Amino acid sequence: MENKEIKDLLVPMKQKEDTSEKISSPSRTFLQDARRTFFKNKLAVVSMITLVLIIIMSFVGPGMNDHGIDDQDLSRAKLPARVPVLENISWSGFTGVLSDEFQGDTVEQATTNAISRYSNQEEFIDIEVLDEGDGSRNSAEVKATYHVYEAKDMQDQYYWLGTDTLGRDQWTRLWDGTTVSLLIAFIAAAISLLIGVAYGGIAGYYGGKVDDVLMRILEVLVGIPNLVIILLMMLVLDPGITSIVIALTITGWTGMARIVRGEVMKQKNQEYVLAARTLGQSNWKVITKHLLPNISGIIIINTMFNIPDAIFFEAFLSFIGLGITPPDASLGTLINTGFDNIMLYPYMLVFPAILISVIMIAFNLIGDGLRDAFDPKMHK
Amino acid sequence: MSKLLEVKDLAVSFNTYNGEVQAVRGVSFDLDKGETLAIVGESGSGKSVTTSALMGLVPKPQGVIKSGEILLEGEDLVKKSNKEMQKIRGKDISMVFQNPLSSLNPTMKIGNQIIEGLVKHQNMNRTDAKKRAIELLDQVGIPNPEIRMKQYPHQFSGGMRQRVVIAIALACNPKILIADEPTTALDVTIQAQILELMKDIQKETESAIVFITHDLGVVANVADRVAVMYAGKIVEYGTVDDIFYNPKHPYTWGLLGSMPTLDSDDEELYAIPGSPPDMLNPPKGDAFAPRNKFALEIDGVMEPPMFKVSDSHYAATWLLHEDAPKMEPPESVKKRMQGFANTGGEE
Amino acid sequence: MVRYILRRVMYMLITLFIIATLSFFLMKLLPGSPLNAEDKLSEEQQAIVLEKYGLNDPIPVQYVNYLGGLVQGDLGISFAFSNTPVTDILMDRIGPSAQLGAQALVVGTILGVLLGLIAAISHNGFLDYTSTVIAVLGTSIPNFVFAGLLQYVFAAELEWFPVALWGSFEHSILPTIALMIFPMATAARFVRTEMVEVLGSDFITTARAKGVSEPGIVFKHGLRNALIPLVTVIGPMAVSLMTGSMVIEQIFAIPGIGEQFVNSVMVNDYPTIMGTTLMFAALFIGIILIIDLLYGLIDPRIRISGGDS
Repeated sequence: MENKEIKDLLVPMKQKEDTSEKISSPSRTFLQDARRTFFKNKLAVVSMITLVLIIIMSFVGPGMNDHGIDDQDLSRAKLPARVPVLENISWSGFTGVLSDEFQGDTVEQATTNAISRYSNQEEFIDIEVLDEGDGSRNSAEVKATYHVYEAKDMQDQYYWLGTDTLGRDQWTRLWDGTTVSLLIAFIAAAISLLIGVAYGGIAGYYGGKVDDVLMRILEVLVGIPNLVIILLMMLVLDPGITSIVIALTITGWTGMARIVRGEVMKQKNQEYVLAARTLGQSNWKVITKHLLPNISGIIIINTMFNIPDAIFFEAFLSFIGLGITPPDASLGTLINTGFDNIMLYPYMLVFPAILISVIMIAFNLIGDGLRDAFDPKMHK
Repeated sequence: MSKLLEVKDLAVSFNTYNGEVQAVRGVSFDLDKGETLAIVGESGSGKSVTTSALMGLVPKPQGVIKSGEILLEGEDLVKKSNKEMQKIRGKDISMVFQNPLSSLNPTMKIGNQIIEGLVKHQNMNRTDAKKRAIELLDQVGIPNPEIRMKQYPHQFSGGMRQRVVIAIALACNPKILIADEPTTALDVTIQAQILELMKDIQKETESAIVFITHDLGVVANVADRVAVMYAGKIVEYGTVDDIFYNPKHPYTWGLLGSMPTLDSDDEELYAIPGSPPDMLNPPKGDAFAPRNKFALEIDGVMEPPMFKVSDSHYAATWLLHEDAPKMEPPESVKKRMQGFANTGGEE
Repeated sequence: MVRYILRRVMYMLITLFIIATLSFFLMKLLPGSPLNAEDKLSEEQQAIVLEKYGLNDPIPVQYVNYLGGLVQGDLGISFAFSNTPVTDILMDRIGPSAQLGAQALVVGTILGVLLGLIAAISHNGFLDYTSTVIAVLGTSIPNFVFAGLLQYVFAAELEWFPVALWGSFEHSILPTIALMIFPMATAARFVRTEMVEVLGSDFITTARAKGVSEPGIVFKHGLRNALIPLVTVIGPMAVSLMTGSMVIEQIFAIPGIGEQFVNSVMVNDYPTIMGTTLMFAALFIGIILIIDLLYGLIDPRIRISGGDS
């Protein structure tokens, strides 16, 4: 710039409106911020979509074919998974054939082993020689593929996920089992939430003697491992959904109560609550208008982590024989049956195991996403 | 003789989610042996980032030194690797932090925290290092140093902890001691004690001190020279006398005017309106112009260069241009300057 | 400090007493007796057996005797194995369970801490991402699913390890891995979060300003502060080891307490179930107590507030 120009500009600036205090970004409420952060988290969003799909499937899945949950028929027991179209893709796992490798001293012996393993249905077994062998012990190896559906003259039948040891359709049982597992988890989490929030809220809000007494009781209860209480309860109650819910809620609310109490204690001494009280707000108003909105985040997060816990415990109890009993299905009982047949019919274990894992992962990721979403530090 | 420390045109930026934040935009100053330089400015003016650059502690990978040199006795610290800086930190340059409550490791005994630096930099064995640590604690005015050595930070009060932090910083007789608002988090009475302690220590050890603060009262008390920072730049630079009796930059006027004094009860404080600019998009021209009622049209177009007021005194404002309209500081600020002149700078 | 310990021990005893009482009366509600139907005892013989075990006494007397027995480590008589004290059954089987639990806890925690540490140091880097994925999978996927996967892939298909049963060290490898996944993942998540927070704190800057080297920062200043809170998750870890031991011993057919428990459930052997439950409870409560006391020892801030001051 020329000196001349500089000279011209050396005059007092016309005072403009000061814009430095203007708020540049639109104002958002905390919940809007939380929602935005949550939906930016791809893992959490994918988990949520997955979970919604699973929940929908748990309702409509059992009705998608004609097989009922308890249609037993031993003649069609242990059928492998078979899905139209996919059955033509040899590696899909839905081809409706059983196959395994068999050993013997010679190829003939290995073949015989294979055929006897597959109910002597020789004409429906394809044999592929993997190793000619040299006559020594178990040196020869063949791969046998058994076309079960043809053997049972059920070419027109499709059991998408196969059948169990009693010939019941696994697809139907899987989704019915999912419904039961989710139902237990949601109810248990909801009841834990109600009791926990009420108990913790009262202890935290009233403080003093009330808090002392309530917390002493809680301290003793928390000292008893939840596993022990759940096991004892399951022994006394008749197995079933209600019993599992009771057993899970008897212990489940303590964690929530502690967290809510701590949070209420912290919040009730904050200046905004003191201000509300100074203005003469009633207890009820203070609790519902000021405290609850401010601790709702932590309650939601805690509930989100309680649900997968409940799913796990249900599966665990059913697995060790204390939970849901057949013919009712839950993910736990399905997995239990699967384990009994893991070596010969691994598909019976694979599908429920994958489903429960996906559900657990989805809930945990949503929980993580919510925790971040309710953390003001994460808002951008 | 060359200077102890010379900083030339230092620029530091942070790459954030929203873009590049230019925290420091071309800062130059120097420091002599045994001298105290105060860097003054609002929060966010870049003073703390400048000192972390001196320490080689600009947080990576977001923080980047974009340009400039930091010459410690002629050696450029910007070019040093982290390994080499580890040998300089704590030995040649050390630092006292703002919050004594959180700047000590809660699970380590005080003694060990002091000894750590001694063992690292001076190859002392533990027995000698222990002796030296006790001396240091004694020097910073902590009673019963032998017992205190074995205690943990939470057993000390805030002021005592700050003394410990100072002891750690002094452990290896550093050439430069950087104090980043060392008294801000303390009670007023404790502040005075800590300032006195630092002045005493400087007399004994002849360390140079870089004193970061936003409190002009503290500056008048401890500093030899003052650099006023605004929006990542030094806007005025001079001796304490220059800055307090003869400030030239409107921002310095604002800082002086907004400082309450005992005899100012009858008048209003001169407050600087607005808030500091967003360093994501620093304004064109003079960054202070939007808040400056003495702004000239040119401030909106072109950044002012450093104008020389005297050999020791520089300021970056177009008001110092020979053709600029003569402007006087506001009355209240003038009175205050007068007040400083009368008391001779002694608070 | 002494008062604090005493208070904690008192709580522990109250809790145990409640559990013991609860399980005693539950047992009285449930059907069954040590008289095995197959033994075909005559009335007199039955009376002798009942007399021998004090089952003819009034309930309150039985209750007092039961509590007295508990104090001496007597958990009652099993229904399924006639005339065998539950304590003996448990003692016979504690070896494999203890070995498995210890291996899983030690290896799992060490690996978990390492994983969390690596994640925190490479904050938001590739390694951080990888170890986060491992941690999420490890805390989400039920341990019995892991056990099945391991058994099928590494034992049945690849034949690297024995499919089941107990004996050599090789037998313990797959169950240990299945059991340690949860503690490992929990520790990894926890250490990562803590470490990221600690590494961002002021005293780390102080240490850097002293010229402490990076390894010194991470291990001497960072890790200790990040590990102290880890003891708070040992409770959930212990529970996971107990539930885990039940399913995993069952899956791998390991003759431990967990497998015994599941078998007792199948045959309604209530005294053994109750005994095992009580033992788990005592173990758990003991662990929590030790952890609390340990916490006071390793965290100087707590040590003082509980004591003199």
